[in-house]
Amino acid sequence: MGNRRGNLKQFRLKLPVTAEDLAQLEPGAVVFLDGVVYTAREGVYKRVLEDKQDLPLDLTAVSNVNFHCSPAAAPDAEGSYRIGGVTATASFRFSKWMDEWLTRTGTKIIIGKGGMPREAYCDILVPHGAVYLTTVGYGTGALLGRGIKRVRDVHWLDDLGIAQAMWLFEVENFGPFIVDSDLNGNSLFAAHGDEINAGLAHLYEGLRPPALRRYGETDDRKREVM
Amino acid sequence: MIANRKIEEAAYQIMTNAAIDIPQDYLDGIKGMIDLEQGDLSAFVLQSMVDNWEAATEDRRPMCADTGLPRYYVKVGNEARVDAGFVGIEKSLRSATARATNDVPLRPNRVHPLWRTEHNNNVGINAPEVEWSFEPGADWVDITTVHKGGLFGTDYRMLFPGDGIDGIKRFYLDTLIAFGKRGLACQPAIVGVGLGGSKDTCMQLGKQAACLRTVGDRNPDPEIAALEKELKEIGNKIGMGAMGFIGSSMVVDCHIEVGHTHTGGMPMSVHTFCLSSRRATARIYADGSIAYRTDPQWFTPYMRRETIGWETAEEISSNSA
Ligand code: SF4
Repeated sequence: MGNRRGNLKQFRLKLPVTAEDLAQLEPGAVVFLDGVVYTAREGVYKRVLEDKQDLPLDLTAVSNVNFHCSPAAAPDAEGSYRIGGVTATASFRFSKWMDEWLTRTGTKIIIGKGGMPREAYCDILVPHGAVYLTTVGYGTGALLGRGIKRVRDVHWLDDLGIAQAMWLFEVENFGPFIVDSDLNGNSLFAAHGDEINAGLAHLYEGLRPPALRRYGETDDRKREVM
Repeated sequence: MIANRKIEEAAYQIMTNAAIDIPQDYLDGIKGMIDLEQGDLSAFVLQSMVDNWEAATEDRRPMCADTGLPRYYVKVGNEARVDAGFVGIEKSLRSATARATNDVPLRPNRVHPLWRTEHNNNVGINAPEVEWSFEPGADWVDITTVHKGGLFGTDYRMLFPGDGIDGIKRFYLDTLIAFGKRGLACQPAIVGVGLGGSKDTCMQLGKQAACLRTVGDRNPDPEIAALEKELKEIGNKIGMGAMGFIGSSMVVDCHIEVGHTHTGGMPMSVHTFCLSSRRATARIYADGSIAYRTDPQWFTPYMRRETIGWETAEEISSNSA
């Protein structure tokens, strides 16, 4: 399998990531990270952007990588946390907060599951000079867990719970991730989706549609349900 | 008489096994798919998953941080007796879930659907689910835990007899395509199809077909077995692989379970058991010894009995010999 991996470009990036590093990334490249990443998802976005609470730290100074995830974590004897597995959560639900969030925090890399709609890249990420990396699998929780060397801090744990709290992880050789969108807004998922869509109609050839339709659903299989 | 603490010991152990160790049948199935996969990215994803499962087993950490929804399937031998009774078993299963959540650790996933409140231990109202079945002529208790990923890849549709196999194929394709895009279903998956029953049993059968049968296992009805194979092939010809990238790795295997249904209908459910196909089983014998395995052996001849009586496994094999 090493040969198959050889077909893909690989990058190892130091965080906080620089604009020059980001410029090298192209859709489909494999990325590993070293430095500090933070987690934020709906709980944090709501608090900061809708309830107008202050960020609990000067995030821009510490990390410019937002991981859409919630870890399997439990307190350890030293008063810190043991991180078991780490898996991303589906990002499409968060696009509505992204523009304001990127403005507020200067975040340049979003890591999550499944990417965001193509338009979100062009309209939101590209103007902020940000890219999207997707986790792999998506169940590579153990590999990603290995890449987390230390919990640097956790904020709002009591109010938001383990899944929604803002975690700061010190990571090393953290990955693999795959570049979905680059600085120009090209999307790997969209490109692959287009090609697969082209072959879908023939799968249904000769199969009679069911007698009872379903109300209110799209029947266009080129569309995504998300 | 089985001591209830043995039930709890076994339940705690399978919670841990399921979360960490990928079942061998599924691993072999995925390795077989890597060899056939022409899409570079899809193959890269599968190879990364194999690396991930190795890391999980080596480090004793969960293979996926999304714990899914841990739940139990209990099969009680008709001659088995547990000192604390059925209520004692259910209590042990809840306590084992809470302890394993803290110790492995597992992410506490279970929250109240409206208030989003939680107990940080994967225990709550109707959680973990415990489904019961029975086995004639046995004095053991089998406990299986399944940690199935929760959000994407399952659907139900009322089809009608006139829709026929075409209708089944269409709905099957619809579900795989809808949830396969961007890999929302975390495919390749073991796909379970439930046919018949009422809506709830249809869902239940499809889910059990996905989660409680191993890769390579075939339905004893030869025509259903042939349909299982055909659906597997159809799924792998969609053109989509892992994460929805171009490729052929969608379906590791397809299992169909049926239930007699309303004469006018043919309800169908589809369930996908994701890349973290977490299942583990323990058999607690009457003498208190425990044997662990990854094949739940849930669908016994008794489970699939068609009339009032039933045949034993031995009778079935001697009849067909
Ligand atoms: S669907 Fe399965 S592999 Fe994917 S994130 Fe959920 S539990 Fe993990």
